[in-house]
Amino acid sequence: MSPSLLLLIILAAMALAYHLGRKRAIGVAGGVAQINRLHSLPAYYGYYAALWVGLPALLLLLFWVGLQEHILTALTIAELPPEMTAQLSEGQLSLLTSDIRNLATGNITAREISPEVQAAAAHYQRLSGLASVSLWSLTGALALAGMAWAWQHTTISFRARNRVESILMIVLILFSSIAILTTLGIVLSVLFESIRFFQKVPWTEFLFGTKWSPQIALRAEQVGASGAFGAIPLFTGTLLISFIAMLLAVPVGLLSAIYLAEYAPRKVRAWAKPVLEILAGIPTVVYGFFAALTVAPFMRGLGESVGLDIASESALAAGLVMGIMIIPFVSSLSEDVINAVPQSLRDGSYALGATQSETIRRVIFPAALPGIVGGVLLAVSRAIGETMIVVMAAGLAANLTANPFESVTTVTVQIVTLLTGDQEFDSAKTLAAFALGLTLFVVTLILNVIALHIVRKYREQYE
Amino acid sequence: MSNSLTTSDPVRSPRAIVEASLKRRYAAERGFRLLGASAVVLGLGFVLILFLSIVSKGYTAFFQSYIELPVSFDAELIDPNGALREGDLDATEVARELRSVNFLKLAREALRAEFPDVSGRTQRRNLDALLSPGAPLQLRRMVNEDPTVIGTERSVRLLADDDVDMFMKGRSTPILRADGTGVATLEGDLTKIGNAVAVQVSDDALFPLLEQARSRLIAKADRLTRQQAGLQRTRDDQTALLEQPDLSADKKEEAEREVARNERDIDRLETKIQALREEARGSDELVLSAEAPSFLLRINDGLIKLIALEPDRARGELLVPPASAMPAEAGTWQTLELTTPQDARRLNDQQLAWVLQLQHEGLLSKRFNVPFFTNGTSREPELAGIAGAVLGSFYTLLLTLLFSFPIAVGAALYLEEFAPKNRLTDLIEVNINNLAAVPSIVFGLLGLAVFINFFGVPRSTPLVAAMVLTLMTLPTIIIASRAALKSVPPSIREAALGVGASPLQTRLHHVLPLALPGMMTGTIIGMAQALGESAPLLMIGMIAFIVDVPQGFTDPATVLPVQIFLWADSPERGFVERTSAAIMVLLAFLILMNLTAVLLRRRFERRW
Amino acid sequence: MNTIADAIAVKPANLTADHLAQDQSTATTLGEITSANPRMICRDVNVWYDDKHAIKNVSLDIGQNEVIAMIGPSGCGKSTFLRCLNRMNDTIPAAKVRGSIKLDGQEIQDRSIDVVPLRARVGMVFQKPNPFPKSIYENIAYGPRIHGLTNNREELDELVETSLKRAGLWKEVKDRLDAPGTSLSGGQQQRLCIARTISVSPEVILMDEPCSALDPIATAIIEELIDELRQQYTIAIVTHSMQQAARVSQRTAYFHLGDLVEVGTTDDIFNQPQHKLTEDYITGRFG
Repeated sequence: MSPSLLLLIILAAMALAYHLGRKRAIGVAGGVAQINRLHSLPAYYGYYAALWVGLPALLLLLFWVGLQEHILTALTIAELPPEMTAQLSEGQLSLLTSDIRNLATGNITAREISPEVQAAAAHYQRLSGLASVSLWSLTGALALAGMAWAWQHTTISFRARNRVESILMIVLILFSSIAILTTLGIVLSVLFESIRFFQKVPWTEFLFGTKWSPQIALRAEQVGASGAFGAIPLFTGTLLISFIAMLLAVPVGLLSAIYLAEYAPRKVRAWAKPVLEILAGIPTVVYGFFAALTVAPFMRGLGESVGLDIASESALAAGLVMGIMIIPFVSSLSEDVINAVPQSLRDGSYALGATQSETIRRVIFPAALPGIVGGVLLAVSRAIGETMIVVMAAGLAANLTANPFESVTTVTVQIVTLLTGDQEFDSAKTLAAFALGLTLFVVTLILNVIALHIVRKYREQYE
Repeated sequence: MSNSLTTSDPVRSPRAIVEASLKRRYAAERGFRLLGASAVVLGLGFVLILFLSIVSKGYTAFFQSYIELPVSFDAELIDPNGALREGDLDATEVARELRSVNFLKLAREALRAEFPDVSGRTQRRNLDALLSPGAPLQLRRMVNEDPTVIGTERSVRLLADDDVDMFMKGRSTPILRADGTGVATLEGDLTKIGNAVAVQVSDDALFPLLEQARSRLIAKADRLTRQQAGLQRTRDDQTALLEQPDLSADKKEEAEREVARNERDIDRLETKIQALREEARGSDELVLSAEAPSFLLRINDGLIKLIALEPDRARGELLVPPASAMPAEAGTWQTLELTTPQDARRLNDQQLAWVLQLQHEGLLSKRFNVPFFTNGTSREPELAGIAGAVLGSFYTLLLTLLFSFPIAVGAALYLEEFAPKNRLTDLIEVNINNLAAVPSIVFGLLGLAVFINFFGVPRSTPLVAAMVLTLMTLPTIIIASRAALKSVPPSIREAALGVGASPLQTRLHHVLPLALPGMMTGTIIGMAQALGESAPLLMIGMIAFIVDVPQGFTDPATVLPVQIFLWADSPERGFVERTSAAIMVLLAFLILMNLTAVLLRRRFERRW
Repeated sequence: MNTIADAIAVKPANLTADHLAQDQSTATTLGEITSANPRMICRDVNVWYDDKHAIKNVSLDIGQNEVIAMIGPSGCGKSTFLRCLNRMNDTIPAAKVRGSIKLDGQEIQDRSIDVVPLRARVGMVFQKPNPFPKSIYENIAYGPRIHGLTNNREELDELVETSLKRAGLWKEVKDRLDAPGTSLSGGQQQRLCIARTISVSPEVILMDEPCSALDPIATAIIEELIDELRQQYTIAIVTHSMQQAARVSQRTAYFHLGDLVEVGTTDDIFNQPQHKLTEDYITGRFG
């Protein structure tokens, strides 16, 4: 009696409703020969019926599945003796409920089972059985009611096509608004947790503090347990690695874009572009592996041979590999921008007797500069938000340094470290990850908005 | 009007100036062009280095070392009451019966039978370590599949431990072999492993070996000297720092501590260097330590580890007893240098001697690594496979496709074809463009906070991963789909509307089919992006250690990129090649997808 | 053959059969192709774009200090011919140029001839004003800077000023030399482009329909300017407007589908055209 089975049954019912609706329409019209009398093609009556059968039932199913767990758990907890739940923290409570749930579904539980829990599990089982039965009967009733409604409405003058089309249009609008909902979801999810974090740690300490050691927060009962949540070392670390990345990616990316757009023979371009695009399609985890296992040891060895002490998780290695990752990004954005510079400007320069490089450096580059700046800003935003490379190749220690040979940590590394492994959802340590996420989101959002605006304005200029 | 444009001075005429400037300007031109070309070459070079480094690390993982041994399936041990052989048990009963059988013992006995001289706990443990913990599982599977093997002796290829595998793939130690020139005669008790033995050699035939060993010592001393020089530099820097007048107290203290520590280390190194050089210079016998390369002697099908070397004589320890004590003629005995010192290896000299012996007898071989493609992950590199991750990726991608394609096409259709131009649609448009550039990890936070903690979607499952990846890939697909719709000329719409189709019919019957190839291209690119994504999945529990291969959308699973991340984090050397191999598989899928997208684009590219 | 196919392909609606018949017989040019005091001498120039034969055996002299106008219906090849004169066709990979073009007796079609000094001597003004996205001052200073024509800021300032004065733009822009060139009106932009061309002291100026994007008043100013510039420069102008050709030029060449049909003094061409095609075009029967 799983929801997915129900889903399949609803889909089948929709197919059936389509056929019935279509038949009914033909019947109402008075046979196949007479279907011209109908307002719409018979199929639209079928669609209409299918939508009425399927949509309400599907919506109900969706809400039910989303809420059942919460409601059942709440009801079960309410049934437990109050002295049992009174002093439990949120975390312990969730352990208890998972025990109950496991017991009810016949899984092995981690702990010893008290009779109260046993009773609660039985109660839970009863409730979920009840819920399942009511879900099935309710969806069945809804589907039938929908069918009856559609049956009733199948008349010669009924504008089935218009109805179906407006329903579809609503669906399309809903689909379009998912983008907005996603943004809203991101903002709300990081914002709420961040607000809870800032209730525990003042935002001034977070934004301007220079000491970051969230691990202390594990020992909840000890003195000074709140840990240190000064994120400045993370910001500087992120900026340092991004800066190194841009130092490699911008010149190489830009110059190769110029070469490919202005100089390269057609054959070279036909080969070089796809290969550079391969670089762009390589998953970041691969770059991370490359950074950690090839570049970092190589840098360390190189440093040793010239008497430099380079940390094995140096900012340099992570930054360079991140730069390699961003090269094709910068290159393809710049190439688009350079190609958008009108040919008439090139002609004007050549007609004055300028060489190709003079034209590129003194006319095309300045003309394309706004677009290139926009592209570079997008690349910076990408570097700041890049996760896997730094997780695998940069360090965990929050050093406040500008030395690329030392190990630094970044915002994204800390988010991953704080949220993977054992977590109490309410501790400052976990919440800090969301505060970092909020910072990351806001910074990259600002960069993106500015960059996209610049690029858009640039394109409009030459359109 | 002024005449300054054309000066009367012929040298200063514009024409002359332009001619004169040409050389310099063309040099600049060439330089700039070269700069551009080298940037492209650098970019392509990075691709090459990346691929080479991964392939060179990973190709060995497609082969796996096996030890071929005769295993006797002892009926007493496996099937004491004969129930299995009668064959009237069902599958679960058979599995239960077999679970209690000690197949480990069976596997170990098979290996010990190869080396009857091994005695004592330490030696046995060392020998047992050559077999993978997966070997007993192999035996159990054999019995499970075919109970008739019980009571017989079969030759079985048992999985070797990853340390053996690494040695077989040349990742443990290089071996330098040299044929002996003189006649070698063995002395001492040649029957027991670990016995002290000696070799007498004619014509000072061990002299080259002795020189080789000494050169290793000198090389090591040189290395330490360089290290010492580095320390001295640090000490000098710190001392210079101490000279500075305005040094704060704790900085001063720290610098002093640093200087003292460095001094200590420098002295310690000095002693060591002196000792090494002294030893290398010495004229009498050279005693080999575990920090230096190991030297073995293969003679009469036995192996001896050399402890002390002289030009005509060596003392050693018996690792594998020789077949006879006869003097060995020149060319029939060999010296082996294991360049990596024993201390820096996972297998000690004794274990390596057994491995060499197995190899010598042709029992140790590499075969195509099927388990890599059929197993789930494991803590043991030799048992770890990508099947679980590949299937997890498959389920995740399938769901992502089912979610994102209809939504993206619907949204693109609405935004491009029907949406009125107003604030709201503008906002949606800006929104989509921004979402495409939001760091992926932020989507992970969304998934954790909203899907898992709020809606209670089970964590670590393909379902929740697909939900997160859908939101992440939607902007990509929507943008591509809109571009595809935009490229359909308005005349098609006008034609359809002109024959009385409704606006929606026009789009569904005429515009959408024409835009579909473009949309599919965008979708494939979006799917490729989703397939390679790992950061947001770390947030929603996909990094849990899951051995089982997932069976459905709501089973705990991991995906290929996350598996790569996890393996890359594992300290065992055997995981390096598996990680690289998994990357190769992932890249193969990605390249395949991108290629499909390119072909699709070419096939359906239409110019209006 | 190809020629006829092309002719049919671009045949204007009112082009009659006897035009086509004549079309085949225009292998030789009517009128005097030579000039008494030639600056540039073109002989048997042919241009192909990939397979399209855009210019067929065109021979023409361009005389010292004269304005020669090239007229003809769209797609007749007059712009293509103009672009041969300073080898701007080099920038189009598909274009292939054959024949002899001499500037002051020196063959410029020769691959060994450097286009950089050539283009400094033979400047070009384009159909659509194309000021660089820089200030007015920088637009003019660009050419002298890349060629290194001036030694210091004062000289450059002076050069910018004289160039703008010659283009008749100085009075309008002298107070806002730092304003972007694109902020000027269309006519001003085109004069800015002319000033930019003048700034490197060319000997010949090629103008490719310089007024087609301008309003009548701006056009009149440019035409006046062209007449003044004739004193110092040799000018070849492609124009779509017969009136303009009549107003500014001393000689006129009529192109038709890649052929140079007729050339002569502007008066002759407009008053007593020898070729039927020229006459039809002049009298507005097609074009």
